[in-house]
Amino acid sequence: MSATPDSFASMRRHRSFMLGGTLVALLVASAALSYVWTPYPASELDIPNKLLAPGAAHWLGTDSLGRDIVSLLLVGARASIAVGVIAVGIGMAFGVGLGLLAAARRGWVEEAVMRLADFTFAFPALLTAIMLTAIYGPGLFTSIVAIGIFNIPVFARITRAAANSIWAREFVLAARACGKGATRITFEHVLPNIASLLIVQATIQFAIAILAEAALSYLGLGTQPPTPSWGRMLNEAQTLLFQAPQLAIWPGLAIALSVLGLNLMGDGLRDLLDPRLARQR
Amino acid sequence: MPSGCLSEFIISYFLLRRLASFIVTLLAASALVFVVLDVLPGNAAEVMLGESATPEAVRALSVKLGLDRPAALRYAAWLQGLLRGELGTSIAYDTPIAELIIERLAVTVPLAALAMALTTLLALAAGVYAAARHNKLGDVGVMLASQLGIAIPNFWFAILLILVFSVQLGWFSAGGFAGWTEADGGGLGPGLHSLVLPAIALALVQAAILARITRSAVLDVLREDWVRTARAKGLSQRAVLWRHVLRNAAVPVLTVMGLQFANLLTGTIVIENVFALPGLGRLVFQAIANRDLGVVQNIVMLLAATVILINFVVDVVVAVIDPRLKLTGASA
Repeated sequence: MSATPDSFASMRRHRSFMLGGTLVALLVASAALSYVWTPYPASELDIPNKLLAPGAAHWLGTDSLGRDIVSLLLVGARASIAVGVIAVGIGMAFGVGLGLLAAARRGWVEEAVMRLADFTFAFPALLTAIMLTAIYGPGLFTSIVAIGIFNIPVFARITRAAANSIWAREFVLAARACGKGATRITFEHVLPNIASLLIVQATIQFAIAILAEAALSYLGLGTQPPTPSWGRMLNEAQTLLFQAPQLAIWPGLAIALSVLGLNLMGDGLRDLLDPRLARQR
Repeated sequence: MPSGCLSEFIISYFLLRRLASFIVTLLAASALVFVVLDVLPGNAAEVMLGESATPEAVRALSVKLGLDRPAALRYAAWLQGLLRGELGTSIAYDTPIAELIIERLAVTVPLAALAMALTTLLALAAGVYAAARHNKLGDVGVMLASQLGIAIPNFWFAILLILVFSVQLGWFSAGGFAGWTEADGGGLGPGLHSLVLPAIALALVQAAILARITRSAVLDVLREDWVRTARAKGLSQRAVLWRHVLRNAAVPVLTVMGLQFANLLTGTIVIENVFALPGLGRLVFQAIANRDLGVVQNIVMLLAATVILINFVVDVVVAVIDPRLKLTGASA
């Protein structure tokens, strides 16, 4: 998967990959920028200037507590990225490990891993978050754990299916004939050959994680005030639909553009890394 | 053994295995829910009463809820209750939990069914339309719309619907449920009217995903030789599509619908909260706020069991309609 000048050129030619990449770059840049600059401090209350319409002083207006919407959106990107990165990380660490184990050992180990994955599917992130919140209370940690657990079976299934097909290839048979053990074959041959597939899936799961985090925050199970989050902003905006309908537009747009960017980037990566799939679509 | 008997044997074997796996998964799910909501908190009575509760009050509630018994006995009693429909009493409402749940299902089930029907209708129409116009303007339009649909959070779409149809146009109320009977101040018409926007909010986003699957499943079938033969025999494109292709594309579409059901269910919980509908989703959030762990435990179990059941049913239906399984038994 080395990046050559040719591969950069194909990336630049792929329009949806470029559009997706640009949106994702904007998301990351917003979060990074918020650490060094925001138009106003995101948590600064300014009641006399509450519910201002978009204008020169506040480009997208202010909320019911006079906080600047642009600043809240920039800082809110942090929660989305943090949950996405950690939850997908949890899913990959456990899911890929289990999938590789299932493919390497086969037999009852594979059966057990796949039944575990089926079972975990019965608990979507929201159900896990409800259970955790009932006991430990709401918060960013609840979101991360719930979405992370939801990601494990996704990666386990994909890894196992892809790894099984690699295990059946001649070069793996040759490696076995040379006396290499299952662990060595897994890390030297199987994992590098399924890495591109896992990167594509990680991009898509990142998008799903952003949607899930927003939903959990909207419901009050995720990020808690005063930490800004896009889902939480939508929750507050809904109570002001009659007075300030514009408040309901920006956070939703931020979520949708981020998810769209990641999905387009994922689709583009799939086309670029596996041209056979691109031809079939 | 004749091939008919062989295929029946293969399907029966598959169904039996799948049934056993369904029961084991249900039991495992119940064990997990019980451990997380009953065992892990230490003393659930402490969680319910909060930190300021006196030891006497905690002890009294523990005895009332049977928490002084060993965990294994409590689990067995809960399972027995689940089978009999006796789920205990809500500490917040002082009402049998089963009654509370049944009352709320009267909103959640029609909402989920309406959303599922709309999803299927929209997705099949859009998916088949796009496949029939592969790589033409209509196809590109459907694919773009579905890409956008997948990216839009359903609760934001619901808020936008409220903004347009309730705040601006005044066609629907911004939330709440009119009730199914005239005694509640509603009726069938007003009840359905309250569910229109929530069902659309749920369905459009789900349909975006399903339309893509339908499109690619139909395209796969359209590439088969027998489709070319059917066209060569003089069957119209429309007849081939609706009479033959769609039936053959049903397997992947049904499978994804089964997987999507979990999304629909969690989506229903979210959307009920957006529209303040008195369904299961609202009940579980009120229960969390009231620290009514018994209600949370039973609702989570019901939702998880529904996901497991739907996936089981989809597997069985796919096994029955998929001719490839009859030949090979591969899915077993």
